[in-house]
Amino acid sequence: MTRPGLYGLMAEFSDPTEVVAAARKVHEAGYRKIDAFSPYPLEALTEALGLHHSRLPLLVLLGGVTGLVAGYGLEYWASVIEYPMNIGGKPFHSWPAFIPPAFETTILFAALTAVLGMLALNGLPEPYHPVFNVPTFALATKDRFFICIEASDPKFDPDRTWSFLLSLGPRVVSEVEQ
Amino acid sequence: MSDGSFPVPARVDRWQRSALVAGAAGVLLSLLGAVFDLGHFLRSWLFAHLFWTGVSIGCLSLLMINHLTGGVWGIVIRRLLEAGARTMPVLALLFLPVAIGVTRIYPWAQPGVMAADPVLRMKEPYLNVPFFLVRAVFFFGVWSLLAHLLSRWSAELDRTGSLRVARRLRGASGPGLMLLGLTITFSAVDWAMSLDPHWYSTIYGIIFMVGQALSAMALVIVLLVGFRDESPFTPVVRPPVVHDLGKLLFAFVMLWAYVNLSQFLIIWAGNLPEEIPWYIRRLHGGWRWLAFVILIFHFVLPFLLLLSRDLKRNAPTLARVAGVLFVLRLVDLYWLVAPDLHKGGGLALSWMDVTAPVGVGGIWLYWFARELKVRPLLPQHEPDLEEFLAQPVEGHA
Repeated sequence: MTRPGLYGLMAEFSDPTEVVAAARKVHEAGYRKIDAFSPYPLEALTEALGLHHSRLPLLVLLGGVTGLVAGYGLEYWASVIEYPMNIGGKPFHSWPAFIPPAFETTILFAALTAVLGMLALNGLPEPYHPVFNVPTFALATKDRFFICIEASDPKFDPDRTWSFLLSLGPRVVSEVEQ
Repeated sequence: MSDGSFPVPARVDRWQRSALVAGAAGVLLSLLGAVFDLGHFLRSWLFAHLFWTGVSIGCLSLLMINHLTGGVWGIVIRRLLEAGARTMPVLALLFLPVAIGVTRIYPWAQPGVMAADPVLRMKEPYLNVPFFLVRAVFFFGVWSLLAHLLSRWSAELDRTGSLRVARRLRGASGPGLMLLGLTITFSAVDWAMSLDPHWYSTIYGIIFMVGQALSAMALVIVLLVGFRDESPFTPVVRPPVVHDLGKLLFAFVMLWAYVNLSQFLIIWAGNLPEEIPWYIRRLHGGWRWLAFVILIFHFVLPFLLLLSRDLKRNAPTLARVAGVLFVLRLVDLYWLVAPDLHKGGGLALSWMDVTAPVGVGGIWLYWFARELKVRPLLPQHEPDLEEFLAQPVEGHA
């Protein structure tokens, strides 16, 4: 039984290669509510955790398409419907001239979606997180690597997960308080 | 070479033979055409030569860009780029029909035309046959020298692994790219823009630069994926490298659209009598449909496909997109120069417009394969490449 107040179990590693190998084993063992912490980005670690399929690219694409439609629509509405003006004898719907501003609004909307969507999907800003209850976790910004398996994972069992993590050869395994 | 033996893929030999056959057939058919219509042959030859010279120049650009920026993507394709760049002396030789037939190709080279046109007479100090030929010799001299030096130093780096040689490659690539920028611009003005000696566009050289880099990138992706089963390439043609090449291909596709729209927008907005006929010729009759084909298959479709990360990491699919883009490069160049080459209105593809690119391309590929066999397919003593090879292969697709 998982005791209340336990957020999960965390294993500490001192070598990037070890943590990537361990993360792969954790993923292979079927754990999904997992996260890893490293002082610098490790692309292989993301792959090992099976995390690389984020919904962010789709959101950014939708943001870009919205920006394109909105920008072009604004130009069309202004130049054709609401304030049609003869400029140099050009047609009201002068699509070549509409492209640069529509391109700019596409980029603007896509970029804003990327920043805001990233924050939303990351759950940021997040003033409190249980992993900071592990005393040595501060070293995650210096030279240590951590893997955390959350207690809410369906496969989680305090004893078996503990010994599984120990079998991966970490420096230490700690309980993470809620 | 003295650096021992190395495996040469058997399929390079096969490709080389087929390329020679295709090249010889194309050249012979084109020469046959020259008997019937010399002017037409010369103009088709110019078009074919512009395209394949562009591929070699693109190889030079990508090579020097990678020496400056670094990155495993460029180390993996370095030998392909070097072999492509070393076709330059052959292209200089293949320029001879253009050099000899210059008065039959370019309106400004015909004395009567020049004398009757006060505007063209002002351009005579630049647009005259002797200076044109001197410039062509200079362009091929610069490009051949760059290709030779970059290849020689790269071979020296293979043998010695000396940091000094690596620095020399990087040091030469900066000024080399500047020189390349100027020579591409002037050669584009000389060989293509002066077909319509009244018309001018300041972004024309950049349109050529981007197109050439895109042609080279597309061809190199197709070749690399074709070689992916061969021993030295198997461990390196993995999703991260394919992804990087796909991203660059994507960037060049967008850059191509950007520079082309820039030129179109300015000329369309200005609507001046000395500029706009260039576009009117290219956007009416059959040329209009060709323009649509280029818009869809050179930009819209590749753009939408290359947005996908999974597609950019999948070698066979990326190679298919690159193959389509390579063919569309040829179509785009045709749209760019042919309305001025074959005067008299509508789109009329001559059979020599097909045999000439096949002929020059066959010879290009033959020489490319010959140069490719001279060196091992992967550079030695590249710390970034060794580190990449040491990384474990990803478990997940």
